Parts: sequence; structure tokens; C-alpha cells
Amino acid sequence: MVNIFFFKAALGAYFLGMASFLYFLISRKERPPRLSFALTGLGFLIHTVALIVRTAEATYIPITSLHEAMSFFSWALVLAFLLIEYRYRIYILGSFVLPVTFISLISSATLPMEIKMLDPQLQSAWLGVHTILAIMGAAAFSMAFLAGVMYLLQEWFLKSKRFNNLYFKLPALDMLDNLNYRAISFGFPLLTLGIITGSIWAEFAWGTYWNWDPKQTWSLIIWLFYAAMLHGRITVGWRGRKAAWLAIIGFAGVVFTFAGVNLLLQGRHAFL
Amino acid sequence: MDIILVGLSHNTAPVEVREKLSFSGQMLSDGIKRLRGYENISECLILSTCNRVEIYAIVDQSEIGIARIKDFLHSYQTTLPLESISQHLYIHKNEAAVKHLFRVAASLDSMVVGEPQILGQVKDAFDTALLNKTTGVILNKLFKKAISVAKRVRTETRIAENAVSISYAAVELAKKIFSSLRDKRGMLVGAGEMGELAANYLVSSGIQEIVVSTRNYDRALNLAQTYNGRAVRFENFLEEMGRSDVVICSTGAPDYVIRSEHMQDIIHKRKNRPIFLIDISVPRNIDPAINKIDNVFLYDIDDMHAVVEANRRTRKEEADKGEQIIVEEVETFSKWFKSLEVVPAIVALREKVEDIRRKELERVTDKLRTLSPEEIAAVEGLTNTIISKILHGPLVALKSEANSSNGLLYVETIKKIFNLEVKVSDEEGEE
Repeated sequence: MVNIFFFKAALGAYFLGMASFLYFLISRKERPPRLSFALTGLGFLIHTVALIVRTAEATYIPITSLHEAMSFFSWALVLAFLLIEYRYRIYILGSFVLPVTFISLISSATLPMEIKMLDPQLQSAWLGVHTILAIMGAAAFSMAFLAGVMYLLQEWFLKSKRFNNLYFKLPALDMLDNLNYRAISFGFPLLTLGIITGSIWAEFAWGTYWNWDPKQTWSLIIWLFYAAMLHGRITVGWRGRKAAWLAIIGFAGVVFTFAGVNLLLQGRHAFL
Repeated sequence: MDIILVGLSHNTAPVEVREKLSFSGQMLSDGIKRLRGYENISECLILSTCNRVEIYAIVDQSEIGIARIKDFLHSYQTTLPLESISQHLYIHKNEAAVKHLFRVAASLDSMVVGEPQILGQVKDAFDTALLNKTTGVILNKLFKKAISVAKRVRTETRIAENAVSISYAAVELAKKIFSSLRDKRGMLVGAGEMGELAANYLVSSGIQEIVVSTRNYDRALNLAQTYNGRAVRFENFLEEMGRSDVVICSTGAPDYVIRSEHMQDIIHKRKNRPIFLIDISVPRNIDPAINKIDNVFLYDIDDMHAVVEANRRTRKEEADKGEQIIVEEVETFSKWFKSLEVVPAIVALREKVEDIRRKELERVTDKLRTLSPEEIAAVEGLTNTIISKILHGPLVALKSEANSSNGLLYVETIKKIFNLEVKVSDEEGEE
């Protein structure tokens, strides 16, 4: 199980990256936190290796258990973060992304990590495509959630006229609002395609496109939610504070659909 | 005789209090003349800007003088009880007052350290006092000195370089709301000096357009031209606000010109696009409740202070150099001021004459050797009586005039006539 070794090494690197980013959060320095980025980048590389090795060992796309799903989610989130940094240079974003990454990864480390042999009934290329799309969508919505949190913080600083360290490090409000919007406009098509590929796969596996399984129902609910949110922004100007809150509420829905449904509700989607 | 300062500023009083106590125009002239009429106050001057109201005075007895000035302030607005004004006041005497004025003039006490407007405001206050003849030897000297100290601080340090008053802070703040100003519109409502400066700064920070609206449309046209912007009639400025992202408001209106219900409307029309409002007028022109509306960010002059404080970190070093200059200059001025005191002058005069008497007696000691002890005592007594009689007139005059506004003139005259040793290094006091 070589992939587990790489997985743990990645976890260690992310931990150091998180510590370094949290130090950046509280320090007075405003220079780019190079070490934090180096550690995060290192973590990402090792994590990528871990995923590749695991795929090789499993011989199919290994996103079929909660452990695997959360591990891939963390990877997608860090990927999104690094891409955003490349474009926008919002250094402080790392101080928000890394803790989420680390928490997600350490939770996944507490779950059974061995590769389960997949039921032949479920084996289909659609499954891999479906999970990758759905989880990347979830990572995009998480980014929107973090942008929302940062927006609300910065908005609070600006409204209550508190000019602390964090105020100086957080970017302009419209940039955070824009990040929120972009993340959702990116996540929404992923979720849409995730749902479509999921139904196609359900047709293969269960013989029906849609059977109102709780996971399907909840996916539809969050799809409608984000659709309404995008519509509201374009037509009546749901931006700023409102958009930030909506991104946070939407994220709660995503978390529930992602993990809560499995833990609390019965359904055929039980393996993940 | 003391120099006293009674005042309040952005450091001690909120804008709600400052706006009630600000003096301007005719009110200022009348104010200082009335204050000068008070017994005990021989010289006075009021420095009133949107960030401070300070009364400088030369008084015979500081306690009485301070009480008088407090009563005076209270009489100008009766909505606040005296105690609640007092809690915002700072009171400085002599050296401390001198130091305070030097710091103020040198812009070390400003909201934005190094901002250049304050020196002009100090000059204006001084001119108004000169025009109304409420100052005398001491305050004239003090204010001339303050102006030259301010110039020295400005040329010898770099504090003025990075500080361009509130405007700098306003732009910094705008950049925390809008990531770029290039596609944003600015608007200037009213034409206060500070508003114009801020608008200037927005233009140099690359804002797309500046729209100017003032009560006097010609003035708006003129201003708009300098910014390459547009002028809008004052009746239509609320409509125009729907299209503006940064609004600087500094009309002289005594009341709110932008109210909550206006803003609700505007923000609705803007589809919630954020708007940044800076109200640099005192009294305020924008209802503070507006800040509660989503996507509206309202900053009044005090809030700008907080921003400035936060930006200050980098400027601290140059300000320290400025403080050093202030310390030196206060010492020089204090030496001069103390030398003005009547008592030292009297002492010096007595010593001088006594010294002459003693030296002359010593010179003739040989000739007096033949005299008996009684006769020597008689000579001593005689010379003593002569100098006492000669000094009697001048000393009585000095003492009686000491508490009047002419006291200093007497002191100066006596010192010149008798060439007294209470040497005052006066030279560097002149510009």
C-alpha cells in the first residue's frame, strides 16, 4: 500500500503549510508567504503522486469510499487554490483554504483506507467521471464558501471601522465577491454534469435514470439553490453580503449532500 | 502671566461635539473680540478647523483664565452641559501649550501626519486675530515661531511626502472596497477645500471620471474642468449618485443632505453595487444611519482618522524626527518667554544697579580710608538711598503694569534702557 505512505506524507506537508499560513494570518508581515506556498505546493505534489499510485493499485478511478472522496476533494480544493493564486495573488486565501484542506484530509485519514474491490455491477467509466465532476464541483462551492466568509469578515471590518492586521491582508470586497461568483459559475456546470453523468450511470447500475434516492434529491435541491443564486445575481443584483451568505448556506447543503446523507439517511447511494 | 491653551481635537472629542463648537467667519471674529474683552485675558486667538477647536490665550492667572475660556465655549452652544464639554477638553500651560501649537502647526498632531492644510489654517487663524487686534507681543511671537517651526519640520523631514491629508486615506480605503478604480466613477458634492483635495487624489489614482455638483453651478463647472469631469446641477446630484461609486461630500450645509431613504433608493437602482461615501463635512452632511444599509460604506471625518492611524505605521519614523525638532524649538521659545517675566526683570534691574553701587564704592575705597566707621556707614546708607529712590519709580511702574497687556512692553523697555543681563536670544525667533 505505497499510496498510503504518500497520502500520509502529503498530510504532513499540508499540516506544515497550514501552520505556516496561520502564522502569516496573525503576523504583521505583508510580504508573500513563500514558505507557506512552498509547503502547500510540496503537499500537492506528494498528494498527486499518492492519487496516481492508488489509481495504479486499484486499476480503476479510486473514488468509491468516503475516504477516497474526501482525499480527492482536498486535492481538488488545493488545485483550485493554486490556480486562483496564480491569477489573483490573494495570499491570505491560503490561511482559509489550508485549514479546510487539512481538516478534510485528517478526517479522511480516520476512515478505512484500504482499497475495496468494487462490485462488478458498479464498474463503469461513468462512475469515475461522475465522482470526479461532482467532487470538483464541491471544491468550487467550497471556494465560494471561503470567499463568502472572507467577504463577510472584510465587510465587517469596513463597516465597523476596524483596521487590524487581517483587514490589511484581505483583498478588496469586490474581488472577494467576484471570487465567490466565479467559483459558483465554475462549480455549477460541474454539478450539472455530475448529476447528468450520475443518472446515466444509475441507468447502467440500477436500470433507472432517477429514483429519488436521498443523494439524488439533495443534489437536485442544491442544484436548484445555486441556479437561483446565479439567476438572482444576474437579474436583481444579489451580490456582496447576500451572495456571501448564500454561498455559505449553499456550502452547508453541499456538505450535507456529500457526507450527511450517507450518515443520516438510508439510500442506495450508501457506498459513498 | 501664563500662556494657556484650552481645546479639543479629533484625539479627544467625537465629531458630534466638534461640529457644535466650530467657529468660522464672522462668528470667529466676534468670538475672539469678545474673549479678548474678558478681564484677565490679555491676548487670545482661536484656531478652528474641522478637526480641532483650540483657544490660545495669555492670562494673568491661569485658573481664572481657564474657567473664563470654558464659560466662553459653553456660551457658544448650550445644548451640551459644561461638564460634558469639559471631558473632551485638554488644557496646557506655558511650555506644554507652546509644544502643542508647534506640533499642530507642523502637522504632527494631524489626523494624517504631515498633511499640509493645517499650516494654512494656523496662518488664517493668526491673520484673523491680527485683523481683530486680539493678540499682542507674546502670541504674535508664538505664532510666527510656530509657522517657522512647521516650515523647518517640513523641509528637514520627509513626513509631508507620503501624507497628502485625508485624501490619501480615502483612496487607500476605496481600494479595499474596489480592487481597481479605473472603471469607477467619483463624485464630489460641495466644494470644500478638503473635498477638492480628495477628488484630486482620486483622479491621480486613475478613477475613470469625476462628477462635480455644488450649489453654485459655475463653480461646479470650473472644478469639473480641472478634473476633466462633468458638472451636475445641485438639484440633480442624488440622481447622479446612482451612477457613482465613490462619493465625497463636503458641502457647508448645516444638516444632512443625504438621508437613509435617498440611499435605499440609490442602492436599489444600483442593483446593490457597492458605494463608498466619504463625509468630510463638519457638521456632517450624510445621515450616519446610512452605514447600516448593505453595500453602502459611509465614513465620516472621525472614521477617516481611524484609517489614518492604521496607515500611520510607516510614517512614524519621520514623525519622530519632527518631534525632535519640536523639542528643540520649544526650548528656545520657552527661554524667551520666561525671560519676559516681570519678576526676573526686576531682580536683574536691582542686581545691576546694586552692582554699579558696589563697584563705585570699591573704586573709591582708598579715598574713603580716612573716614571713621560711622562715616563709612553713612556713605553706604546714602548710596543705598539714592539707588532706591531712582529705582522706586520704574519698579512701581513695572509692578503695576505687570498684569496689564502693556506689561511686556515695560519689561522690554526697561531691559533695553538699562541694558539688562536677562539676555534673551531673540534672533532665531525672527523669520
